[in-house]
Amino acid sequence: MTDPVLDVRGLQSEFRIAGRWYPAVRDFTLAVEANETVALVGESGSGKSATALSILRLLPAVGARIAKGSVMFAGQDLARLSEAEMIRLRGEAIAMIFQEPMTSLNPTMTVGAQIAEVIEIHRGSTRRSAMAEALRLLEEVRIPAARQRLNDYPHQFSGGMRQRVMIAMALACRPKLLLADEPTTALDVTIQGQVLALLNELKQSYGMSILFITHNLGVVAQMADRVAVMYAGEIVEFASVNKIFEQPSHPYTEVLLKAMPRVDRDSAGLEPITGQVPGITALPVGCAFAPRCPLRQPDCDRHPALAPLAAEADHVVRCVVRAGQEAAV
Amino acid sequence: MSDESAGGLAVRHLTKHFRLGGLLSGKRQVIQAVTDVSLDVPPGESVGLVGESGCGKSTVSRAILRLTEPDAGEVVFDGVDIRQASRAALRKLRQRLQFIFQDPYSSLNQRRSIRKTLEEPLRVHRLGTRAEIREKAEAAIAEVGLPLEALDRYPHEFSGGQRQRIGIARALVLNPELVVADEPVSALDVSVQAQILTLLDKLKAQRGLSFLFVSHDLGVVRHFCGSVCVMYLGRIVETGPTKEVLDAPAHPYTQLLRESSPVPDPTRRLTLIKNEGEIPSPADPPRGCAFHTRCPHRMPVCGERLPELKAQAPGRKVACHLFD
Repeated sequence: MTDPVLDVRGLQSEFRIAGRWYPAVRDFTLAVEANETVALVGESGSGKSATALSILRLLPAVGARIAKGSVMFAGQDLARLSEAEMIRLRGEAIAMIFQEPMTSLNPTMTVGAQIAEVIEIHRGSTRRSAMAEALRLLEEVRIPAARQRLNDYPHQFSGGMRQRVMIAMALACRPKLLLADEPTTALDVTIQGQVLALLNELKQSYGMSILFITHNLGVVAQMADRVAVMYAGEIVEFASVNKIFEQPSHPYTEVLLKAMPRVDRDSAGLEPITGQVPGITALPVGCAFAPRCPLRQPDCDRHPALAPLAAEADHVVRCVVRAGQEAAV
Repeated sequence: MSDESAGGLAVRHLTKHFRLGGLLSGKRQVIQAVTDVSLDVPPGESVGLVGESGCGKSTVSRAILRLTEPDAGEVVFDGVDIRQASRAALRKLRQRLQFIFQDPYSSLNQRRSIRKTLEEPLRVHRLGTRAEIREKAEAAIAEVGLPLEALDRYPHEFSGGQRQRIGIARALVLNPELVVADEPVSALDVSVQAQILTLLDKLKAQRGLSFLFVSHDLGVVRHFCGSVCVMYLGRIVETGPTKEVLDAPAHPYTQLLRESSPVPDPTRRLTLIKNEGEIPSPADPPRGCAFHTRCPHRMPVCGERLPELKAQAPGRKVACHLFD
């Protein structure tokens, strides 16, 4: 197997609150292989967005830091690059799309000019060829009447079309890795379907890898090859998408799936999880999920490491009760 | 759905168009938010109102309680037309109809303790002595699963899920018969959403409450609502028992909505074909059937004539020329 595109090891990111540093991401180790989609799924406060910002080095300059770990990408450790080197890399080899495209687009520039600017800066193209490439990209993300829309401003586009523009811009430099943070959360469900289908298609045609961050388990099932479930800043379970949904093994993954009402079948009764996600200033000493866990045991006072399920090296859980056992069915 | 539901809510031909622009502020437009919507919520039942942004589902819910004044149509609750009611009668009715909002944070007064927030409606409606009002507020907060200490705290001290519990408590203190809930769980995480849905399930069963439940999430509606109305660009395009509508959608728009809703099962990925095109603006809806511009089954008649909402099977209605 070739080297992974992205290889994060032991990442710990911290925020300063009232003069003390608290970890928002802890012991985060994850590799994204070539042309693979890895989903990072969790609820608010799980640390999934802080992880994305750490990888891109977009954490706020003050009050936040990467305290430990390495982020290997194309032979370099992103955690140690200078800001100037990082600027070159962002938007070139690593591209990103976010939940609200309007905040990432310049409202005073036409869409065509914004895409062309990316191409000029990163590829050194002339304005003319950059505009031609911008048109090709808008057509590729299937914006109707792309030639006319090239000269429109972002506010003239609908939410779904704006996200397509962002995707076109992300593709401009043929990135190896696309980081997508809740890219369809603000969209209506029929438009979300279109954008997800488009991303899957582009992943194939561009041969890129995607790190897909979402809170929506339905979207995960649609998009991911492998899935990392996050809770309170840590990965608590990591496996192929089929394993996660067929044999969820961390108690948190299990209850999360049972708490979700499904459109395709009747739920006898939802099983809500009591309590709330702990804040980063009040993490429990042992397993972070233990206070809410139905399987809690005395051993849970020790902090568990990610460990494989019996006979399944590629299905890991952070749970002393479940690790080493047969997968739960 | 029966035509006259005694005791319940009956909405007939509800229409609300917003006029924008004018002399100084640009182009005059008419947003046709809701046109000719009729629906029933029989006592003790939960009816879902689903659709995408701009379909008019929230406007329907607000117009029912006259939070926005409808242009035309009737809203009859237990035999009284809310639009014709006198001030005194409307005040009486408002006790029996309550609203739960999507964002409890913006619907709670930041400067008022939870106790004040819960007691105020009781005072306004003069429902009891000071001691009785106090007791009712305490009963309501306990019923939604919060400790009594919560009463003396302020909205910012609570999480999103707890605030939604407070929003529900405020709706409950007046002992209503019908609750109109506009996306009550959309802003919440899955685990908290399940807690709130379980609470609403309990209230439905114990108090025999009826709900008009507005949501964009078909999974939530399947869980909570016995029947459902699907809206597209201001009109109802399909109604029927929720399970039947979702398992065998008749209207091509309902089919698209159902097929686009992601299912947590990687072996059943969306195919997502035939789905191009945007939701048209309600300021300029297409002629004929509003969905014909995106419809894979479109026929010449669809661009010319509006299809009527009519019975397609027992309990089910659909507005589509395919069923003419």
